[in-house]
Amino acid sequence: MTRPVKLACRAVWKLYGPHPARLLQSGAPTLDAIRASGHVGAVRDVSLEVGEGEIFVIMGLSGSGKSTLVRCLSRLIEPTAGEILYDGEDLLKASPARMIEIRRHRMGMVFQHFALLPHLTVLENVGFPLEVQGVARPAREARAREVIALVGLQGREGHYPRQLSGGQQQRVGIARSLAVEPDLWFLDEPFSALDPLIRREMQEEFLRIQRQLKKTIVFITHDFDEAIRLADRIAIMKDGALVQVATPEDLVLAPADDYVRAFTAHVARAKVVTLGRIAAPLSGPAPDLALPAEMRVDEAAERIVTENRPVAVTRDGQILGEVTPQAVIAVLIGRQP
Amino acid sequence: MTGAMRGLSALAFLALALLLARASADLPPGLLWPPEALHLPMAGWISAAMAWLTDSAHLGPVSFKDLTRGFAALVEAPYQALRVLLVEGITEGRGRRATVIVPPLSWLAVTVAAVALGHYARNLGLGLIAGALMLYLAVFGQWESAMVTLSSIAIAVPLGVAGGLALGIAAWRWRGVERALAPLLDLMQTVPTFAYLVPVLVLFGFGPVAALLATVIYAMPPMVRVTLLALRAVPSEIMDFAAMAGCTPGQRLRKVMLPVALPDLMVGVNQVIMLSLNMVIIASMIGAGGLGFDVLNALRRLDIGGGIEAGIAITALAVVLDRLGQALAARPGGQLRAVGPWWRRHPRTALVLAVILATTALGYLIPALQIYPKDWQLTTRTFWADLMKAINVNYFDQLEALRAWLLEYLMIPVKRFFLALPWPFVLGLATLAGWRLGGLRLAALALALTGFLAATGLWEQAMTTLYLCGLGVVLAMLIGVPLGVLAASSEAAGKAIGAVIDTLQTLPSFVYLIPVVMLFRVGDFSALIAVVLYALVPAVRYTAHGLRGVAPELVEAAVVCGCTRGQILRKVRLPLAVPMVLLGLNQTILLALSMLVITALVGTRDLGQEVYIALTKADIGRGIVAGLAVAAIAILADRLIGAAAQGARARLEGAA
Repeated sequence: MTRPVKLACRAVWKLYGPHPARLLQSGAPTLDAIRASGHVGAVRDVSLEVGEGEIFVIMGLSGSGKSTLVRCLSRLIEPTAGEILYDGEDLLKASPARMIEIRRHRMGMVFQHFALLPHLTVLENVGFPLEVQGVARPAREARAREVIALVGLQGREGHYPRQLSGGQQQRVGIARSLAVEPDLWFLDEPFSALDPLIRREMQEEFLRIQRQLKKTIVFITHDFDEAIRLADRIAIMKDGALVQVATPEDLVLAPADDYVRAFTAHVARAKVVTLGRIAAPLSGPAPDLALPAEMRVDEAAERIVTENRPVAVTRDGQILGEVTPQAVIAVLIGRQP
Repeated sequence: MTGAMRGLSALAFLALALLLARASADLPPGLLWPPEALHLPMAGWISAAMAWLTDSAHLGPVSFKDLTRGFAALVEAPYQALRVLLVEGITEGRGRRATVIVPPLSWLAVTVAAVALGHYARNLGLGLIAGALMLYLAVFGQWESAMVTLSSIAIAVPLGVAGGLALGIAAWRWRGVERALAPLLDLMQTVPTFAYLVPVLVLFGFGPVAALLATVIYAMPPMVRVTLLALRAVPSEIMDFAAMAGCTPGQRLRKVMLPVALPDLMVGVNQVIMLSLNMVIIASMIGAGGLGFDVLNALRRLDIGGGIEAGIAITALAVVLDRLGQALAARPGGQLRAVGPWWRRHPRTALVLAVILATTALGYLIPALQIYPKDWQLTTRTFWADLMKAINVNYFDQLEALRAWLLEYLMIPVKRFFLALPWPFVLGLATLAGWRLGGLRLAALALALTGFLAATGLWEQAMTTLYLCGLGVVLAMLIGVPLGVLAASSEAAGKAIGAVIDTLQTLPSFVYLIPVVMLFRVGDFSALIAVVLYALVPAVRYTAHGLRGVAPELVEAAVVCGCTRGQILRKVRLPLAVPMVLLGLNQTILLALSMLVITALVGTRDLGQEVYIALTKADIGRGIVAGLAVAAIAILADRLIGAAAQGARARLEGAA
């Protein structure tokens, strides 16, 4: 399942303080060295690759540097050092005019507090990125109506942001970020300001839209459950550095350290772990009932436990092994596999 | 340092000051007031520089004088057009033989326009208030003067707003501009307006245009500040969005920041309107005409009725513009647009146009439609005059006794004390206060400002200013703080006091002078009363605000502890309100100083008088130096008290 790399960053640093650049001249400073010299290490030596069509979630608590990192990736903040490669082009070397060009056509961003313009209607807000490009009114309104329909806000085109609920406002924010049909889509804690019920609904909505559009996504959140639900891969950040980058399943089953383990401890494993992961070598002849390896344990649990006998696990038609009801129950009650 | 020690050291300084003042008769003369040798002939330098500027400065082939005259012409054209529209109409011939061909807008048309604007901005209620106030102008015979004033306000406000916006944007964009503007803005707000009337007068000549420009200079600084703050307050996410949408810097400013900041910017517009109206009377000293001239004239003739009527007319105009401006700012957008023919889509505009056409056309037949007839006018002039006369006849002895007593036992001793302080002592005291309150930088500033006062050669006047201002501020605080406590303690009292305070604040400062002078004649005593009345407002307002702002859970905690009402006030609310009260004190001092300059008209002998004399003689150097001296006192007081307030706040928050 390797994808071509869409966005990569290499050794990106963002330090705040009196002499950030000088601090980096003599190699990578430790966290203690940064603090001792009166600097703040918002992003420290981050390298990562986001594949095309991947949902890449950056997870961290407040102050972990995730917001700064995503602003470095979009160059809203100028990193102190490093490279940001978007389709192989180093964004940090792009001229201001080139940056405007890239942002106008190839990037979209959704903000935590929506960042809608209060003086414009829904239609005008969504059409705004096209307006600054100089797209004529009929064309941009037509496009705006399309994306407004995509996020399910038909009939609200003439409303002002203050007349909408939080969830509706964020739908406008999403529609607006998609109006220019960007390849790369940044979402900065898009659902954090919403009520839990609405948040869940918006996550479903987001996955629906992504299934349709297949963008390359960098998604920021401080909510580990949200990360697990949405991510292809998760990067966990702490004190400006990446602690672990892995699939949700690997994070839960093989946390890199106690920090990650603390997050994963309360996750319902059955929702994360796949059959392929708990399959054991066949103990006898292959069982006649077979399930795909990508299936999550919670989806398969009822059948396997009702059958009360081992079930074969297949990937691409090949039998990998078998899963016993005992193994399923072990996952369900949260025992380490 | 504990509170007790701080109190003790202050007492010690006071005792030392009293001793020094006692002994000052025996001091060598150079120690009492700064000796001649220390005076810098700044007035001469400034006058020479201005003379060079007006006579021989050139920008390329264009002389500076031509430049200012050209600029004046640029402003004059729209102003004259408005005057034609509102005051004069199109006439033929000159002077008395002039015949009106097309009359100006009728009083009816302007009143209907005010109603329509009020309805557009909020609702019919506001429209009716605006209309009623315009009607007041017509009924009390203030119409023509009011329209002259309105013409200059209508030019000054857009100029002030546009200029303030441009400077504010520049300051936001370039840090250097901000750094350069900050002290200038401070100065503009503290230099008494009289002081810059002089250079404006010299550069632009006597007349409405010079008055207009002086108004713009006076009214612009808050717009600059508000613009800078409003642009800074645009949420960072919105700025990020603008970048991500691919806005160019120009698009970001025009399409994102300014519209988002609009509600805040309108606050600045409102400030410009209010300040422009504040300036109306002062500007009439260099030829603005209109209502301001009427007040000034009444003051000179001691015509209390005329002065009060014109003063109220200025207030009425201010209220109309202020309320309309605020309503326009708060007006919700996005209402459904009506469809149909033009007059149906714009019913209000159509109505106003119809009234204009009708009154203009019918006005040829029925003049009353055009110009409010004299016979219908009312006046309260005799009432006010009679009232004054009655008070003077019946209570002359009591008033005189009060005046004599206060002069004898309060004002003259305090004045003697201030004038007897040796100047090195004052210098040292200011520096020490700066050091204690705000560290080395503030100490250096205090030393520099006091040193400047010493070098102007206006020490006596400066000390007289300090004495009048100090006394006025102390009295204003003594009256204002208890009133503020009262206002915060009950809703009814709060409303009543609030109404009085609001009225006091909207009355142009000159209006205070008239009854005071009528009752107590010219002199320091009248000046003091006017200063106290004018400076009272912030003392009351900030005290009440500070008390109300105390967190309710702290008051509840005090109640639960079993505090009586008095204990809650003394031990919880007042201490917590101290930073706010100090801010009020700060404002009180600034207002007292600005009023003090105006009281020069009633014959004080302070820096204000210096400025006023310079104005009448068009002596630029003298006026500016005296004005800067007032500004120095104001800035010094502002910084010292600001530092004290910050210290108090830091102590409270540190403890919390």
